[in-house]
Amino acid sequence: MQTHQYDVVIVGAGGAGMRAALESSKEARTAVISKLYPTRSHTGAAQGGMAAALANVEDDNWEWHTFDTVKGGDYLVDQDAAEILAKEAIESVLDLERMGLPFNRTPEGKIDQRRFGGHTRDHGQSAVRRACYAADRTGHMILQTLYQNCVKQDVEFFNEFYVLDLITDHDLTTEQIAEGEEVNATGVVAYDLATGEIHVFQAKAIIFATGGAGKIFKTTSNAHTLTGDGMALAYRRGLPLEDMEFFQFHPTGLAGLGILLSEAARGEGGILRNSEGERFMERYAPTIKDLAPRDIVARSMANEVREGRGAGPNKDYVLLDLTHLEPAHIDAKLPDITEFARTYLGIEPYTEPVPVYPTAHYAMGGVPTNVKGEVLRDGVNVVKGLYAAGEVACVSVHGSNRLGTNSLLDINVFGKRSGRAAAEYARTASFHELPEDPTVRVIAQLDEMRNRPDGERVADIRKALQETMDLNAQVFRTGDSLNEALADIRELQKRYRNASVQDKGKLFNTDLLEAIELGFLLDIAEVTVVAAINRKESRGGHYREDYPNRDDAHYMLHTMAYRRPPEASDQAEGHIEGYFDHVEEFDGYKVVLGSKPVIQTRYEPMERKY
Amino acid sequence: MTATLEADAPAPAGEIPSFTVTMRVRRFNPEVSEEATWEDFTVEAHGTDRVLDALHKIKWDMDGSLTFRRSCAHGICGSDAMRINGRNRLACKTLLKDVNPDKPITVEPIKGLPVVKDLVVDMEPFFASYREIMPFLITTGNEPSKERYQSPEDRARFDDTTKCILCAACTSSCPVFWTDGQYFGPAAIVNAHRFIFDSRDEGGSQRLEILNDKEGVWRCRTTFNCTEACPRGIEVTKAIQEVKRAMITRAF
Repeated sequence: MQTHQYDVVIVGAGGAGMRAALESSKEARTAVISKLYPTRSHTGAAQGGMAAALANVEDDNWEWHTFDTVKGGDYLVDQDAAEILAKEAIESVLDLERMGLPFNRTPEGKIDQRRFGGHTRDHGQSAVRRACYAADRTGHMILQTLYQNCVKQDVEFFNEFYVLDLITDHDLTTEQIAEGEEVNATGVVAYDLATGEIHVFQAKAIIFATGGAGKIFKTTSNAHTLTGDGMALAYRRGLPLEDMEFFQFHPTGLAGLGILLSEAARGEGGILRNSEGERFMERYAPTIKDLAPRDIVARSMANEVREGRGAGPNKDYVLLDLTHLEPAHIDAKLPDITEFARTYLGIEPYTEPVPVYPTAHYAMGGVPTNVKGEVLRDGVNVVKGLYAAGEVACVSVHGSNRLGTNSLLDINVFGKRSGRAAAEYARTASFHELPEDPTVRVIAQLDEMRNRPDGERVADIRKALQETMDLNAQVFRTGDSLNEALADIRELQKRYRNASVQDKGKLFNTDLLEAIELGFLLDIAEVTVVAAINRKESRGGHYREDYPNRDDAHYMLHTMAYRRPPEASDQAEGHIEGYFDHVEEFDGYKVVLGSKPVIQTRYEPMERKY
Repeated sequence: MTATLEADAPAPAGEIPSFTVTMRVRRFNPEVSEEATWEDFTVEAHGTDRVLDALHKIKWDMDGSLTFRRSCAHGICGSDAMRINGRNRLACKTLLKDVNPDKPITVEPIKGLPVVKDLVVDMEPFFASYREIMPFLITTGNEPSKERYQSPEDRARFDDTTKCILCAACTSSCPVFWTDGQYFGPAAIVNAHRFIFDSRDEGGSQRLEILNDKEGVWRCRTTFNCTEACPRGIEVTKAIQEVKRAMITRAF
């Protein structure tokens, strides 16, 4: 075991983590711990752009951007946070340009901007060019630029280290924290993949920037490594998770693979068709058709397939038709999409339509934070020294449905904020004592997993989890389907106890780490489904066929899910009889739901029409 | 074992039929033996499966100890560069049907970097070379209050080399790098090119000085292996030539 001491420890080296590191390492001794090499992070897969009301090409301002973000999130957005997001977007884009990011340029040499779904002029009047972009590789350029600047600033990385535990000075899973008493984050425990050694990082401030959890689903645009580690660790340590029922399904994933095809395909004139060749979006959204919001398009596609009008041998996808577009136009505007379709499906988009189906894309929910990035341990109080930013966090700037180009923005704005806040906190804070053996839980967990008798394969359980989530908790949900998913998850949690790994070695044991990651996936799937069962309304990315309408009277609240011991109270903070009161008992613990108010400043909820 | 089409289950028109394929994988586990060996696995594959899918089938259904890196699985993150049938490629971008599944498909770690376990190599020497060429924008004077301006033509000048994902397919395909691990290698030069030809950058001379070193660009023998290996289609050899020319003319 090795012990390290840093003022600030950042967990995760994607966009949010590295943006935070660039701030904190200027002021405080900082380490970045990442389970991947930084440039492997999934920020690099983002295509479309990063929204900011620069007004470089047409009239725009951040207030319009704030409104679009609030409306896009179906009014479950905290409006103070959305305002910060939109206001600080401008400086965030300029920061990146100064760092060297090669944005596309206007003829005058300014950063170019383009249209994207849900971003409008003057509160919905018409589409506005707000997305700053670098070809269709904006995320790649952001990730590279941030890493380049980390090299320049000599940021210290611990690559291929898996953080497997968060240490706090109070056990939040069981303890009642007295009014006014501080809870401090004191360190993390990490596993070095190359050697199998355990490392303890004692820190004054810790930032979680571990990304999403798309691998709870089978069809996803997410990387294999997006297993919800940070969310699950916080949850296991007694911290709440916010709004986990809201998961975005991007309409156009490559069928069967889930690989993302940017919304730009439809922006450039692409049309969705069913097996009969019909442009079915005309029936669902007569005015804007294929350019309806992501949640509406995804639901319409899934409905076509369900009603038997899917294309292909198994009638399980629809078609994205670009064949009426000039090949030169496709080459100029959609080069990546064409390459993906050719490489992976052997489809020539010039002449053949591309099979597509909704793909699990983005977790709107996550670890609750305030606008400084500080992690909340209930509706109000923070854990001192603990921060979160990016997809792992829920500020909440995305509410129940994120707008395209707002995630690359989120990682930059709130990465920067949390990095600054953590460094500032570390300047005056002191180290808190670690428990006598901080590694005890992790070592026990790893040893137990490594030494189990031969049992079931990890991959079989993971596959079953992903299948039930796709079947029962995807675009369409009902109370019955969600309860089915939950029953499956409980069964899989039991089977997981008997899952074994074949690789018993110490060096580069990815077999062992996949088994640990499956534990995270099961926890995140469970809380996602429990929160979805509780929310008996349809809003943004969460669509309940048994409750198809938005119910502001009862559900204009953030869900807060806590994991508690069986003997704990069934009433979490924000418990509301009949609405936020769901409790699910499992073996050895239970999931308790409460709520948190949505912060409204200047926008009254309205019906969401485009 | 050779690939056989499943005669009893004809595929629907336009579908690529399933097949069985032998994956011949280079195995190395220093905890077990100092020797690397070949191991064959027979895998059922779908028509559009990639080499990465076959490796996952082995790891998930047959032998959990098979070790390789991967993340995004669609050619963006650069984790899974490997030597497949003797050529450097990304496992997630290489369809089995495109690398002759009638014969065993060989999969080895990329060459020239120390093998850690099975298909995993130590990437540190590769990233060390990258860091040495100062892969970041260097400017002097005060920061502008808004963005720096750059014409679309100036932006296009270095577009090709911004596509690099640092997968090391190019560097580890270079015969010079195989015999001399001190050579910066194509990837580092590509990333130097990305800044040398960026009109906003003022560190070109420093980078050229670094690459003028005896382990720098002059080691390149223009074999084009790197260009062939690049999964992003970067014209790597051309970029190296442009850096060489800039070194002579000091015009960039």
